[in-house]
Amino acid sequence: MFIGHHRSGYWALHYLLLIAFVLFALFPLFWLLKVSLTPNDLLYSEGVRLWPSRATFDHYASVISHTQFPLFFRNSIIVSTTTAACSTLLAAAAGYGFSRFQFRGKYWIVGLMLVTQMFPLVMIVAPIFRLLKPLGLTNSLTGLVIVYTAFNVPFASFLMQSFFDAIPKDLEEAAMLDGANRFAAFWRIIVPLTLPGLAATLGFVFTAAWSELLFALMLNSSNAASTFPVGLLAFVSKFSVDFGQMMAAGVLALLPVCLFFVFIQRHLVQGLTAGAVKG
Amino acid sequence: MTWRRAVLAAEPYLYTLPAVLLICVVMLVPLLIGLTYAFHDVRLLDPLSGDFVGLDHFRELLADAAFWNALRNTVTWTVASVTLQFGLGLVLALLLDRVFPGRALVQLLVFLPWAIPSFLSGLNWAWLFNPVVGPLPHWLRALGLMATPENLLSDPHHALWGPIIANVWWGIPFFAITLLAALQSIPADIYEAAAIDGAGPWTRFRRITLPFLAPTMAITILLRTVWIANFADLIVIMTKGGPADSTQILASYIFTQAFQRLDFGYASAVATVLLALLLAYAAAVMALRSMLVQRR
Repeated sequence: MFIGHHRSGYWALHYLLLIAFVLFALFPLFWLLKVSLTPNDLLYSEGVRLWPSRATFDHYASVISHTQFPLFFRNSIIVSTTTAACSTLLAAAAGYGFSRFQFRGKYWIVGLMLVTQMFPLVMIVAPIFRLLKPLGLTNSLTGLVIVYTAFNVPFASFLMQSFFDAIPKDLEEAAMLDGANRFAAFWRIIVPLTLPGLAATLGFVFTAAWSELLFALMLNSSNAASTFPVGLLAFVSKFSVDFGQMMAAGVLALLPVCLFFVFIQRHLVQGLTAGAVKG
Repeated sequence: MTWRRAVLAAEPYLYTLPAVLLICVVMLVPLLIGLTYAFHDVRLLDPLSGDFVGLDHFRELLADAAFWNALRNTVTWTVASVTLQFGLGLVLALLLDRVFPGRALVQLLVFLPWAIPSFLSGLNWAWLFNPVVGPLPHWLRALGLMATPENLLSDPHHALWGPIIANVWWGIPFFAITLLAALQSIPADIYEAAAIDGAGPWTRFRRITLPFLAPTMAITILLRTVWIANFADLIVIMTKGGPADSTQILASYIFTQAFQRLDFGYASAVATVLLALLLAYAAAVMALRSMLVQRR
């Protein structure tokens, strides 16, 4: 911490900059909300006003009752939740292995996981499509869960590893001396201590799965298995004049991730802290 | 006893194997198959395709003006996005590293864009640039930057800045979070000792903060550069590469070739080139880093 010579001048600038950052971060979301609440007849006449003279929930009502968004919403919830659970489970195991053991091939496994973060994912769309099609996993939520889990496991594993690294090894060794096997030690000592890490990883993967567009677009062409991003994009290209409804749907798409974010935000920063400190 | 030892030796693999298997089946095997597509004539929905064509796609690519244009745009897109995200992220991290009332709330608010799904960020910014429902064109006109309120995204000379701004908005929190974490790991007594020795704020920033942040900066910039170069979502959503290919980057070009022309062979060839360029970039950065580390 360093203390400037002109304290009050410094803090005025400090707050000014922070206000600018907060406005930049929030304004687009505020605008989304504003248009979603503006009645159609005021949309153009009050286009640049910061708040409409009359607000309405009509757009939300018609999105919920006249479109397929409730179905897309349900699909996205199923896919994202299942993906988050599966990825976190696999990543917790792998991260634990990386953190607690030196073993032959570890270097290669870590390298392999890094490679998966490097290449353009578009490259594997076609092979994955051909792989999943004969198994009946296209146009299916299960197919998406499998693909998303694989995409997210590498980063999630590194994240979990950094959480495990932060827990002293002595803790589980003490438990093992007391007669617990390693798995029991893992379950009863380590898992409770890594709950913030698990929450952060869950939230991270949930958000990633909720946002994914390209594979959802390519693998699932039927409406019945469409996720929210695909539905919204189709809606935008079909009814691109109905701004109120589009933005109401956008706000609905935001809700789950924002809720998740508010709950896990502190843990996420803490988790990336552990990861970043290791560099 | 030997049985017990075998179990102990196998234990680390039991933890890592499920993840490794899944990654191999869903990512690495398709990656290898995708690489072979670059040398084959692969068109989806065309049963006659599939022949081996050798280097034909790569020859075609050398003569493809759209490819070279996309390559130039990829550089602009990546450099501009990473520089702005990093610069603003560093400023934000430095601001948040101080203790002040309401810091937790401010942190929550400024990090929020990171939680916004990328497709929604893209749509949201496309709407903001749209003169019909968005305020930005009207503001730009009021500032005298535009003669009439028009959509930035339909101006072939400047359209790429639309997705770049959306990307910066969305990506600042990532840099801010990682840099803030690194800042908080710097021991406070170093600053105090330097202050007692008479070092001013700028000297302390340059001689203490920057060297401490350097490893984190190097690794996050490397990862983000690769990631952003591959990141097609915002462009696909906001401009679809248009107008007249002026916002097409390699990643979105691959997407267009694969999805609209269903030409997976050519798309894979472009992807192979992008992959090779990114690997070369990563290798260069790593070599530079180890050189710098050795010199220290």
